[in-house]
Amino acid sequence: MSSLSYSTPAVEVLSANKTYANGYQALLPVNLSIQEGEFVTLLGPSGCGKSTLLKMVAGLLEPSDGRILLWRKPVADLQASGKTMSFVFQSPTLMPWADVATNVRLPLDLMGTPPSVAKDRVMEALELVGLEQFASALPRALSGGMQMRVSIARGLVTQPDLLLMDEPFGALDEITRHRLDADLLSLWAKKKLTVIFVTHSIHEAVFLSNRVVMMAARPGHIIQEHTIDEPYPRTQEFMVRTEFMRHAQVLQKSLEHASESLS
Amino acid sequence: MNPTPSLHASRLALQKIGIPVCLGFLILGAWQAFVVVMELPPYLVPSPILMMQTLVTDWHPLLLALWVTVKITLLSFALAIVVGVSISFVFVQSALLERALFPYAVLLQVTPIVSIAPLIIIWVKDTNLSMVLCASLVALFPIISNTTLGLKSVEPNLYSYFLLNRASRWQILMRLRIPSALPYFMGGLRISSGLALIGAVVAEFVAGTGGQGSGLAYQILQAGFQLKIPRMFAALLLISLTGVMLFAVMAWLSRWALGDWHESEVQAE
Repeated sequence: MSSLSYSTPAVEVLSANKTYANGYQALLPVNLSIQEGEFVTLLGPSGCGKSTLLKMVAGLLEPSDGRILLWRKPVADLQASGKTMSFVFQSPTLMPWADVATNVRLPLDLMGTPPSVAKDRVMEALELVGLEQFASALPRALSGGMQMRVSIARGLVTQPDLLLMDEPFGALDEITRHRLDADLLSLWAKKKLTVIFVTHSIHEAVFLSNRVVMMAARPGHIIQEHTIDEPYPRTQEFMVRTEFMRHAQVLQKSLEHASESLS
Repeated sequence: MNPTPSLHASRLALQKIGIPVCLGFLILGAWQAFVVVMELPPYLVPSPILMMQTLVTDWHPLLLALWVTVKITLLSFALAIVVGVSISFVFVQSALLERALFPYAVLLQVTPIVSIAPLIIIWVKDTNLSMVLCASLVALFPIISNTTLGLKSVEPNLYSYFLLNRASRWQILMRLRIPSALPYFMGGLRISSGLALIGAVVAEFVAGTGGQGSGLAYQILQAGFQLKIPRMFAALLLISLTGVMLFAVMAWLSRWALGDWHESEVQAE
């Protein structure tokens, strides 16, 4: 009867693994538990199965074996438990024929949200990413960074409890990336989201996360979990502090170690 | 308003229209001179001026014939669109049906319409209907192949996004597949509109040799029998102009539908 955990696990990965039909082992059995409100980053080189793991949590891929629970229920039953999840892809993945507001409204339309409610939610989400003046613009009129912010607004419009992000800023330039990282952190704090973030950037991982899950390739597996026990809010100034460097070095070492064991 | 870009644009437009028109007049002038100098008889090569005169004097039968041809072309084009798009939807919903039926669509495409037309004209009592059927068969394939390709050319991540949000098949079709297919469909329309006209003319020829028909192709046949070569040329001119008009309308439609967002139609900035 005694439960020691102080909060509910939002995501539980129970020895889930993935082997494709052609025999390729993408992911060895993985165990991972993520608390509600936690910001967890999956970090590792390409081919380490971090995207595979994220897609399994999203329900886009079925684990070959093992289970994944969201709020203690199978992924498919998420809606029944009254929770919502959003997925942000590496590319903006917008509909080029539809304006920004229509793109952001898409998940609400698919759910059948009444238009009057949807309209307010869309404007609210666009304000969060600072794009309210661009509601009627077409995606091609926006820069790459702005398109990504539209994609994030679409992720937030459903007021999700769980936000899954697959290298969302990987294709952007350094400055835009830093700005969006900072924006994301303030949104996370404001909305009390649970976030799983995939990246191959050590600096991005340290800057954002409560906890970094380090993964290695061939076949994909978890090699280390590292807690970033630094207070929020974190600003650009955090990135030049000794603590930041210390965390980055720990992750750098374990990443190198993982690569060595391969060769 | 900055005058420089609009000036530049109008100069471009002038070049785009002016140069081909000038060339056209040059060719017509040369043709006229050639016919006059070589003293060619009108039953061999009529001069452009004679052709225009025939167009004016014979306007009544020619215009009636034009109307018949245009009607058959538009009806068959519409039929090809409805049938072609329906077949594409079926193909996209069921891979099995596509595998089963696609070879027959190809078979239909590669069999020359001239060889099927007599059969259709014999089987179908109503001449107009039989000609519409022939022309539709010619125009059908580009619509099927382009629309099917377009309905399948959905950005994979966007498709995943729809699946993640538990979109129904219907929602995916209406909100994702159809808009994604639009550029391909428009490409199919451009090809098919021209083919519908070719199909209509071929069908009229076949029907015309049997003594039935009243379209422009029939006029050409009759003019040939009676050695009214200027009239033949006039009918030919009308067919070409119809084709140009169709193409222009399709180009306009494509720009209207895709102009804002698709790479093929967005004007370079």
